[in-house]
Amino acid sequence: MMVTTLVRAAEESAPNPLIPQQAEIILGLVVLAILVWLLKKFVVPNFEKAYAERTAAIEGGMAAAATKQAEVDAKLAKLEKQLGDARHEAARIREEAREQGAAIVAELRAQGQAEQARIVEAGKAQIAAERQQAATSLRAEVGTLATSLAGKIVGESLDDDARSSRVVDRFLADLEAHQGAQGK
Amino acid sequence: MSFLGGPVSTEGFHTPGPGDFNLPGLFGTEVTKPMVLVVLSAAIAVGLFYAMSRRAAIVPGRLQFAGEYVYGFVRNSIAQETIGTREYAKFVPYLFGLFLFVLINNFYGIVPLFQFPSMSHIGYPAALAIVSWLVYNGFGIAKHGFFGYLKHQTVPAGISGAILLALVPLEFFSNIVVRPFTLALRLFATMFAGHLLVTLFSAGGEQLLLHYDPPFLGIPAGVVSFILAIGVSFLDMLVMFLQAYVFTLLTAMYISSAIADEH
Repeated sequence: MMVTTLVRAAEESAPNPLIPQQAEIILGLVVLAILVWLLKKFVVPNFEKAYAERTAAIEGGMAAAATKQAEVDAKLAKLEKQLGDARHEAARIREEAREQGAAIVAELRAQGQAEQARIVEAGKAQIAAERQQAATSLRAEVGTLATSLAGKIVGESLDDDARSSRVVDRFLADLEAHQGAQGK
Repeated sequence: MSFLGGPVSTEGFHTPGPGDFNLPGLFGTEVTKPMVLVVLSAAIAVGLFYAMSRRAAIVPGRLQFAGEYVYGFVRNSIAQETIGTREYAKFVPYLFGLFLFVLINNFYGIVPLFQFPSMSHIGYPAALAIVSWLVYNGFGIAKHGFFGYLKHQTVPAGISGAILLALVPLEFFSNIVVRPFTLALRLFATMFAGHLLVTLFSAGGEQLLLHYDPPFLGIPAGVVSFILAIGVSFLDMLVMFLQAYVFTLLTAMYISSAIADEH
């Protein structure tokens, strides 16, 4: 009972808090509309601009990084290719050098052999010449000696050169023929 | 009897009640304190957030970061997640404004000198609820056509026959009729109750502390009462934020379901 009186008293002194006042609804509508309009016009675009610029900046940075990465990759590939070429070139040069070395050795060996052969040949020729010379001088000397010896024995000069040398020659020719017949 | 039956009517003590929410007009006019506060809230919201967003720098300063934090909360956590990335953008200004409007008006309740949550006058939550109702129904009708929208909101998919006869009025009632009332009442009632509790505990505390006889009972009880008033104030702060969040989130959800493709 006391509660009902209290409620009645409250109703008399104040309107029911659940019944909205027209003025407040209208004010609320107007203020909300103005607030939303102002935010939409002046605040939201700024924030969205900042967001968009930030996104663009990040994406731009990422794109730049990707470009750099691609450049670096290309450069790396190029360098690796150059390195491979250089290795290849070095191997080729080594191979060439080895071949050249072998060729030089072979050439030198051939030269040496030729030289050797030439020296041997020259030696042989010289020996033959000397022998020929020795034989010639020996023949002359033998003739002289034999003639002078024969002259001493005969007691007569056999210094008639033409005749004596003919005799010697004949003797030697006989001797040679004899030797040749014996050697055969 | 007096302890159980109702307000203690000790002489000279006025128990805070619903009547205290009807403040007299200021300076002898019809303009009341909540009216001033509501208008001020719009000025605060626009002024503050314009100052915060003005530079729109890629690398935000402290102010801009704070502004973006609030804006991003409404834009991303409420609008984008609820409505979806395709259509959320056009609702962001309304949801952002709604959130700031409710939040600032709620927090008046704990700001010294203001100390009155304007949303405890049901006219303001009612106005917000009306606008939210118009927005979600309006966009739903714009998308589906008038009868298409009614069908969209009242006929659940995959149900036919007699059950449909029972469900259609129910769905109409819950999706079209009740929503603005629950929106407005939830916000109003929490702010009203919170403020009432705080005033009750502080006014009661004061009475107990200073005027209760005998004082050796009154002073401890008064101290406890003040401590409770402070505790309730902190709880109320949480509720103030939560109600702003819930009001905005529910509006976003209503919009989302109204403009959703056929489910």
